[in-house]
Amino acid sequence: MPTRFTATLKRWRLGRRAVIAFPLLWLTLFFLLPFALVLKISLAESTVAVPPYGPLLEYADQTLHVFLNLGNYLFLLSDSLYVAAYWGSIKMAFLATLVCLLMGYPMAYAMARASARWQLILLLLVMLPSWTSFLIRVYAWMGILSNSGLLNNLLLWLGVIESPLRIMNTQIAVVIGIVYAYLPFMVLPLYAHLTRMDNSLLEAASDLGSRKINTFLKVTLPLSMGGIIAGSMLVFIPAVGEYVIPELLGGPNTLMIGKVLWEEFFLNRDWPVASALAMVMLLLLLIPIVLFHRYQSRELEK
Amino acid sequence: MRALRRANFSTVMLILGLVFLYLPMVVLIVYSFNASRLVTVWAGFSTQWYGELFRDRQILAAVWTSLRIAFFAASMAVCLGTVAAFVMTRYGKFRGKTALSSMVTAPLVMPEVIVGLSLLLLFVQMAQLIGWPADRGMATIWIAHTTFCSAYVAVVVAARLREMDRSIEEAAMDLGSPPVKTFFFITLPIILPALAAGWLLAFTLSLDDLVIASFVSGPGANTLPMVVFSSVRLGVSPKINALATLIILAVSLATLLAWYLMRRSETRRQQMLKQRDA
Repeated sequence: MPTRFTATLKRWRLGRRAVIAFPLLWLTLFFLLPFALVLKISLAESTVAVPPYGPLLEYADQTLHVFLNLGNYLFLLSDSLYVAAYWGSIKMAFLATLVCLLMGYPMAYAMARASARWQLILLLLVMLPSWTSFLIRVYAWMGILSNSGLLNNLLLWLGVIESPLRIMNTQIAVVIGIVYAYLPFMVLPLYAHLTRMDNSLLEAASDLGSRKINTFLKVTLPLSMGGIIAGSMLVFIPAVGEYVIPELLGGPNTLMIGKVLWEEFFLNRDWPVASALAMVMLLLLLIPIVLFHRYQSRELEK
Repeated sequence: MRALRRANFSTVMLILGLVFLYLPMVVLIVYSFNASRLVTVWAGFSTQWYGELFRDRQILAAVWTSLRIAFFAASMAVCLGTVAAFVMTRYGKFRGKTALSSMVTAPLVMPEVIVGLSLLLLFVQMAQLIGWPADRGMATIWIAHTTFCSAYVAVVVAARLREMDRSIEEAAMDLGSPPVKTFFFITLPIILPALAAGWLLAFTLSLDDLVIASFVSGPGANTLPMVVFSSVRLGVSPKINALATLIILAVSLATLLAWYLMRRSETRRQQMLKQRDA
């Protein structure tokens, strides 16, 4: 019965399309479309209204007026505060990513070398902090780093320093906070790559007389490059836009773009400038995001 | 001596790294039992801050709000993420695949301020055009959390779908089982542990989110992170330490349980392999 067969096939194909459409539509509506709106409102004029921005299109006297206000972008360039905030964010995120990599790589390496039973325990131990509250983990450092905090008390008691160090409300505190909060996200992809590595390659290298450090640099490191990229992007990209850490640990003098955007939006209620800030941030992060995406989609489709 | 010889550089770094990760949390827990209001001065053991925590109506209401949002967001994210993962791993090539894979992975790294701002602008625009959502609150937070959590679920589930033995699915299809039936009776039971892991991950991510919820929430809905943040901004408070201790305790117990279950299933698998060999 060919007709029934084709009918079934048609139904399957329809079902297949519906299955594809569900996530595609949801994400288009709630992820892609919002970015278009950010672009749109970054080109609008700030007004005192609800919502606080002017229209882009206006139809009057049989003419369609299109208002594209580039003023918000020019304003970002003209005020050195914003340029400094972008630079500060990138600098701090880069530094924190580097520290995370230098700490995380040996950690992941040791985990991948452990016995199977220990690997699971160590993996859970590394991930557990990230399942508790992010906010509370940043808050923990407030009590440790402050002038009368535990770190200063300890160092004073040990006699290492004579007067309390000022760490809280500095850029160092922000870097410590980012490293602390994002370290598990660096270790995880590195561990995944190192544990999947074929040990026979290392044995071959050592059989052929390669020294340990040489084997590491020429075999292990290149093979774990995917993990290095994924881990670094997982730390760097969110860290650039970080709001909570600079707000709680950085004090008023630390300029980071996530915090500036937040203040522009919630305190100044200037939605168009906040949108322009977001667009420029997205532009700066485009290369890292594409890099991460290329790696991740390869993992997804493999 | 053997232990000393084995203590090479990477092992030392691992131990130091774990100390770095756990020391601040230990400090947090210890000072939740401090009698003094100051976090820096130890004034004897006391559980008074736990009592104050449980008398704080605002925090309790926020906990309830957050738990409800997290439950519904995690459940929806599992549906959405599983379908996305299934489509990505099983459907070969189709139009919109690149777009879908980009949109599935992008929320993993997108700065929260951008996601929050863009979703708020969407909700404002929707309210203007179709009159919904008239009030922002739990529903808008639910949509926002579902969207970014589904990305994490998709990654977890896709990993399981990829390593799963496809021959069972193919056998069912060869025997005439339609795709929907094959999915629900063959694929789903096999990937169930991954769905549970994805659900738990989404649940904790939703509970934890401050920035996105702050953007898309209205005056009505205050989640736990929003209440904690407004209190923490004013400085350290032992009540927050008590709350932190309870959160760490709950997460540790859940992790311990997960570890126990994983170990048990692993032991059982080993036993089965042994029996088969014998």
